Amino acid sequence: MRFGTSWKRFRLRLRYLAQHSERQRLLWEEMDFHIESMAQDLVGRGMSEQEARAAAHRKFGNITRRLEEARATWIAQWMNNAGQDLKHSFRAMRRDAGSTVFAILIAGIGIGASSTVFSVVNALLLRPLPFRDPGRLVWISNGENYSTQAEQYSDLRDQNQSFSDLAGWSGFYRSGDKELMGAGEPERLTSVPVTEHFFALLGVEPAIGRSFTSEECQRRYSAPPAMLLSHSFWRRRFASDPDVVGRKLMLDNEPVIVIGVLPASFDFASVFAPGTPIDIFIPWPLTDKMKPAGNTMVIVGRLKAGATVERAQAEFTVLAKQLEGQHPERNPVDPRLVPLKQHVSGQVRPALVVLMCAVGMVMLIVCGNLSHLQMARMGTRQKEMAIRAALGAGRFRLLRQMLTESVTLSCCGAALGVLLAVAGTREMAHLHAFNLPLLESVRVDGSTLAFTLLAAIASGVLFGLAPALQVPAYKLREGLQDGGRESSGNSRHGWFRDGLVVSEFALACVLLVGAALLIQSFLRVLDVNLGFRPQRAAALRIDPSFRISSLAQQNSFIDDVLHRTRSVPGIAAAGITDVLPLGGDRSWQVSGKGQIYEKGHHPEAFVRVVSDGYFEALGIPLKLGRQFTESDRASSDPVVMVNETLARTLWPGQNPVGQIMTQDGGRRVVGVVADVRHGGPERSGGSEMYLPMRQTRDYPEMELVVRTALPPESLAAGIRTALRPVDPNLPVSEFQTLQGLVDKVVSPRRFLVMLLAGFAGFALLLASLGIYALISYSVNQRTREIGIRMALGASATNLQSRILLHTLGLAALGLALGMAVSRVLTSALGSLLFGVTPGDPVTFIGMGALLIVVAALAGYFPARRASRIDPMVALRAS
Amino acid sequence: MGTEKPKADLLPGTLDMMVLKILTRGHLHGYAIAQLIQQLSDDLLRVEEGSLYPALQRLELNGWIEGEWGLSASNRRARFYTLTSDGRKHLNAEATRYRQVTGAVARIMGFA
Repeated sequence: MRFGTSWKRFRLRLRYLAQHSERQRLLWEEMDFHIESMAQDLVGRGMSEQEARAAAHRKFGNITRRLEEARATWIAQWMNNAGQDLKHSFRAMRRDAGSTVFAILIAGIGIGASSTVFSVVNALLLRPLPFRDPGRLVWISNGENYSTQAEQYSDLRDQNQSFSDLAGWSGFYRSGDKELMGAGEPERLTSVPVTEHFFALLGVEPAIGRSFTSEECQRRYSAPPAMLLSHSFWRRRFASDPDVVGRKLMLDNEPVIVIGVLPASFDFASVFAPGTPIDIFIPWPLTDKMKPAGNTMVIVGRLKAGATVERAQAEFTVLAKQLEGQHPERNPVDPRLVPLKQHVSGQVRPALVVLMCAVGMVMLIVCGNLSHLQMARMGTRQKEMAIRAALGAGRFRLLRQMLTESVTLSCCGAALGVLLAVAGTREMAHLHAFNLPLLESVRVDGSTLAFTLLAAIASGVLFGLAPALQVPAYKLREGLQDGGRESSGNSRHGWFRDGLVVSEFALACVLLVGAALLIQSFLRVLDVNLGFRPQRAAALRIDPSFRISSLAQQNSFIDDVLHRTRSVPGIAAAGITDVLPLGGDRSWQVSGKGQIYEKGHHPEAFVRVVSDGYFEALGIPLKLGRQFTESDRASSDPVVMVNETLARTLWPGQNPVGQIMTQDGGRRVVGVVADVRHGGPERSGGSEMYLPMRQTRDYPEMELVVRTALPPESLAAGIRTALRPVDPNLPVSEFQTLQGLVDKVVSPRRFLVMLLAGFAGFALLLASLGIYALISYSVNQRTREIGIRMALGASATNLQSRILLHTLGLAALGLALGMAVSRVLTSALGSLLFGVTPGDPVTFIGMGALLIVVAALAGYFPARRASRIDPMVALRAS
Repeated sequence: MGTEKPKADLLPGTLDMMVLKILTRGHLHGYAIAQLIQQLSDDLLRVEEGSLYPALQRLELNGWIEGEWGLSASNRRARFYTLTSDGRKHLNAEATRYRQVTGAVARIMGFA
């Protein structure tokens, strides 16, 4: 019953609210009738009509107030006031449409940029990984970031107490190493072999079908080979057809049954291997027959409830020592445990922090400009404010009114900003050219919207505060007089304006210096000599689709391929390799014949298996000896080529040509090539050795590399046609340009630099406009004063230089402040800088000069205007 | 919530109670209610216009009275209020409460 009546009341209230202007009118009519009746009664007592009416009105009191009191019963006072404030705000905004549009625009761009950066930070740093209970997942690497031996993994898994389970995958899966045939065009797929409980550990259930059974995981004869499709592959290749589950597909000439499709929320590549889309997952049996040799496992684990990473780390260190003692024949393992989230996004954290600071500074400049804009608009509304005050609006009420205006403005800007952020994040999520983890999951979600709202309100209050605080200071008399326009604006606001100029200069300086340093780092990275020439070189995967049964068959295949490729017009050189530069590596422990090294101190070298022509195709210069030729075949001497670092390591001071390496049955060194940075421009290369392809079959894939004078894309068709007779089922795969590979490796840096440069440019533009506006405004305010000065004899050039000097003085102050802050902040950039010092004088001086020029320009035009002022006009103007 | 208390001379809610009581006599408009209160109290109680209309709004919001537009004696449009059944119940409850409270005060003060 109680609830019923209060619900009725609430509904009534809502109805009144909806019809409130109508209600108000009716109430007015009712009260009017009351006054009429009172007047009639007074007339009845003998007063005249007019007197009676006047007396009735007086007795009744202020109708408006009565109305408000009556209305207050069904609408809360604060809501009423807020509604009024909003109405006033919109009216004020409409009146000054031009500057309103400008303000909304820059507020929108600023807030849009902030929201976009926040979305990126949210996706990469804040949001938990898309797995079940992701806080418990731990990344276990061997040493710095190497993989672990399978036997070690098994023992660690069985013997540890901290983890409820460990699982892993093969770190040496290759992009496109499985060939799909029989269902349309042959295609190369990227597959990841995973251990038995991999999906269960992560908490991932297939969207369709089922996960691997135990038998399938161990590849027993009872279970045919099975595979799971990734969601993106299923959508692309099979057009999301659920009937593909249960079908058998030919994978590398073997029938494999599709047992399920993984959900769209599981994006392996996005988390673990940005830049390589993964197509299928296959079981990785670790049984004795199929156990991989060497360090190949990448491990993740799920902590038990109550266990911590530190304690698990301690336990694993102890276990590793034990295992070393028990099994000295195995590769030693040095387990390093980090929370999975930290491993995935730890590397990008510094860059994101830089972006957040940058966008924060941009917002400060935006607020500075808007603050000045508001103050300028307030300046022309002094009369309105004075009247308001006269009508009884208290200080607080006026303050609230002003703040409502500024917050409304910034919220309109925020609406625009949300649109920009949606567009921006959509762009980013589709940027495949950048190798950033979790980039695909960047989107505008609830937290971004909440952040946008917060940013809008905060910036609205921030830039509205200064103008709002000026308002109650308007004296009533001054405001209502006509001469009031110029009397304020000088001393009271002057220091505030100067402060704005200085701070905008300082902020712009910090942003410019930071962006300049990072741009320089990026350019230096691009300049690094990689040891090969990626321009005009491209690669195509050419693994034969038929089985190669003997070395002879392989070699005739290689001869054929190279012959035909070299005869295609436009090809300058061609060769075959097993792994492209920047494409991962495997390493062996090496030694020269007769050299003894302590266990654990063997020199390591990265191994490449290449054909003749490879070094020419890639542009790797030969330093000593000779290259591989066609005659290095199975029947001839086993040979090897080394790079300069390996030659120096194994045979310091001697001629490496002719020396024997003990690996692979003993090979003789025939040539030495230059070092190659195959880990990318920012990592040093290390020792490398090259085996001739015709003398071995121990390699994972074959990549044809060509160097061409023409653009590589135009050759793809020609080469494929030339190779068709050799292998009719050659899968259609794209030519990769080597320059593209290099670009991908430096793409995180490029991402940061592009965004930062954009912000710095925008900030410079805003700051320039803002400073120009500020100086202009102050000149306008002082028109009368300038007129007087000129009338008293000051020359035009004198005035001009005064204003210019004032501007430059403020600029110098701002620069000094900005440089000091930059110096402190850039030393925190640390690893982001490459090839430049944090205090690089050229950068600082350059940016300083740029800002001085901007200041001079910003001051020059208003100064010129000041010098053109006609004293007579100025003095007469009111 | 946003309701205004009538002048402090009367116990809170007394004005509402009196308006409801007056309306037991029939349909009346705002002015008539104010006049009647003045008459029936021998000019002792005068309803401030500032209290009357908020009170009428409140009573209508609570569903104790209903308002309707009609024509006054002098053929002008006015809003006439009626007591509802809920209002009658509320009036009885309030009257009882008022009697009890004033009785208690009278006893303390020694007025019979």
